[in-house]
Amino acid sequence: MNRASKIYTALIMIFLFAPIAILLVFSFNQSKSLSVFSGFSLYWYRELFRDAETLKAVRNTLLLAVSASVIATLMGTAAAVGIHRLRSRVLRSAMDTVTNIPMINPDIITGISLMLMFVFVGRLFGAATSLNFGTMLIAHITFCLPYVILQVLPKLQQMDKSPPEAAMDLGCTPLRAFFKAELPEIMPGVVTGLIMAFTLSLDDFVISYFTSGNGFQTLPIRIYNMTKKTVTPKMYALATIIFFVILALLLISNLSDPEAAETTRKARKKRKAAKTKA
Amino acid sequence: MKKLTALLLAAVLLCSVFLTGCGSKSKTLTLNVYNWGEYISDGSDDSFDTVREFEKWYEAEYGQKIHVNYDTYASNEDMFAKLSSGAVSFDVVIPSDYMIARMRENDMLLPLNFDNIPNYRYIDESFRGLYYDPENVYTVPYTYGVVGVIYNAEVVDEADAQGWDLLWNEKYRGDILQFNNSRDAFATAQYKLGLDVNDTAHASWESALAELKKQAPLVKSYVMDEIYNMMESGEAAIGAYYAGDYFTMLDAQADGVELKFYYPDPTNYFVDAMCIPSCCQNQELAEIFINYMLSEEPAIANAEYIYYASPNALVYENEDYIDEMGEEAMEILYPGIDDFGALYNQYAYRSLDEQTLDYVNSLWESLKIN
Repeated sequence: MNRASKIYTALIMIFLFAPIAILLVFSFNQSKSLSVFSGFSLYWYRELFRDAETLKAVRNTLLLAVSASVIATLMGTAAAVGIHRLRSRVLRSAMDTVTNIPMINPDIITGISLMLMFVFVGRLFGAATSLNFGTMLIAHITFCLPYVILQVLPKLQQMDKSPPEAAMDLGCTPLRAFFKAELPEIMPGVVTGLIMAFTLSLDDFVISYFTSGNGFQTLPIRIYNMTKKTVTPKMYALATIIFFVILALLLISNLSDPEAAETTRKARKKRKAAKTKA
Repeated sequence: MKKLTALLLAAVLLCSVFLTGCGSKSKTLTLNVYNWGEYISDGSDDSFDTVREFEKWYEAEYGQKIHVNYDTYASNEDMFAKLSSGAVSFDVVIPSDYMIARMRENDMLLPLNFDNIPNYRYIDESFRGLYYDPENVYTVPYTYGVVGVIYNAEVVDEADAQGWDLLWNEKYRGDILQFNNSRDAFATAQYKLGLDVNDTAHASWESALAELKKQAPLVKSYVMDEIYNMMESGEAAIGAYYAGDYFTMLDAQADGVELKFYYPDPTNYFVDAMCIPSCCQNQELAEIFINYMLSEEPAIANAEYIYYASPNALVYENEDYIDEMGEEAMEILYPGIDDFGALYNQYAYRSLDEQTLDYVNSLWESLKIN
């Protein structure tokens, strides 16, 4: 790498991470200011853990993200398997297109149309409030689903067809063959789908905004709603914590993914070999 | 077998849609409150946790469990959109004046039964009969505020710190902040020129635009919330904002910055008031909550938390509150306006009709492009 490209990379890194670094530093600020660092303190972290409404919003967000991503992963994996086994090519490409629609659709349209549907169904049954945790869950599953399918389907197409066939030849039921021979093969795709669904659900604002009902506010909505007065530094503390949790998740998933680990090991070996040659 | 599974799955899906449609009906009472974010004392910093305290108080008083769903919104328009979608129902909302007028015109508010709100008697006389609720039927005021000019005394000469002219003073070229939203920015020019901020005649808006164009080369930037950091750090020296927010800046000002505040005349006023929307499920309970918000302890806690002025005599006459706020804050927050009602009705923003709004926005765009 020559000097110019090193500088370029450094600049890119600065632009990417400077905002997070600033947030991180000022979450330890003693005062409320974002311009003057008046001393190190954990004051805002303490405040954060005392703010019942924000903690409730965090709990809501996690509850929603976990349940939506798990359900979306189960449904998405099943759907991918189904689409993969479709014999008719026309039908398969039709299914592909249909699953892609929620992904290409602007969030705001998905959000409004879901809200309209929930209100319509709610009116049909004469309910005063039609939006609640359930509607939000349905909405989140809806937009997570295509991402899971998109992760699992290629794995199915790549995998060798013979192990499940052999398993069935040897007397496995189709279901057992799927769990024993097929699922382990597509597992990396399923896990990536799960993580993607989880992070998508975690930080979704637009769709949640339209489908949230009384008494169930997620974190992004709560932070957005703070803008009448200023956003308090409590939120910097919270963002810092979330950043590190996500970072840890990312590291874990990267380290535990054998394929990725293998490629990095190979790359390292190659580099070493190149060095010794030189 | 396959068909059966598919049918079963379809049935489960349908059921889940219908079940959620029916909503949850619980046995404990529920009160749904919809307020601005960060606009109530919420127990942080060892303050009074208004919502939890109300739940406790209600159970002790009426012997019934109650759960308060407290939700927040970011702007009047967001709140309006959510309520008019018909997807949610709230029992108490706290919008600003012009939005109350609009909701009233749309039949979205219920008349209050003041027998359940005896504490209304503590509300200052001058907050009754305001334009958005001339008959005092729909609203109970919660907070009010006045726009003032904030300046850094290290940069600005005391002699210059008067009226709206300071924001047009050549001497402070590059130190001046202007609002980054059309209504507030135009209003500064309109007040300066002595024009009516609610005029629908185009000529009035055009002369305000000419004034803003004159100011443009002096302006450092057009800001909203960024004003906090720019004023605190001394990056800018002059800006207009609400009196309560001045104290937030004062708390965080850097060394070598000495923020001060004064009221230009005339200026802008706002009132946020509690009201009951027509989708309310339990009106009596909502009225009990409003009454509770007016009682001494919660009212003072909220006034101290929000830092806006309170129209409640239990607050502004309370010795502890006056001590806690300090002399300077009391003078600024409660400037002792004798005929608040008359000034308010003359200078507060009203809801403009769509045509005028479009026109104003097109003028605003032309200013921002230059």
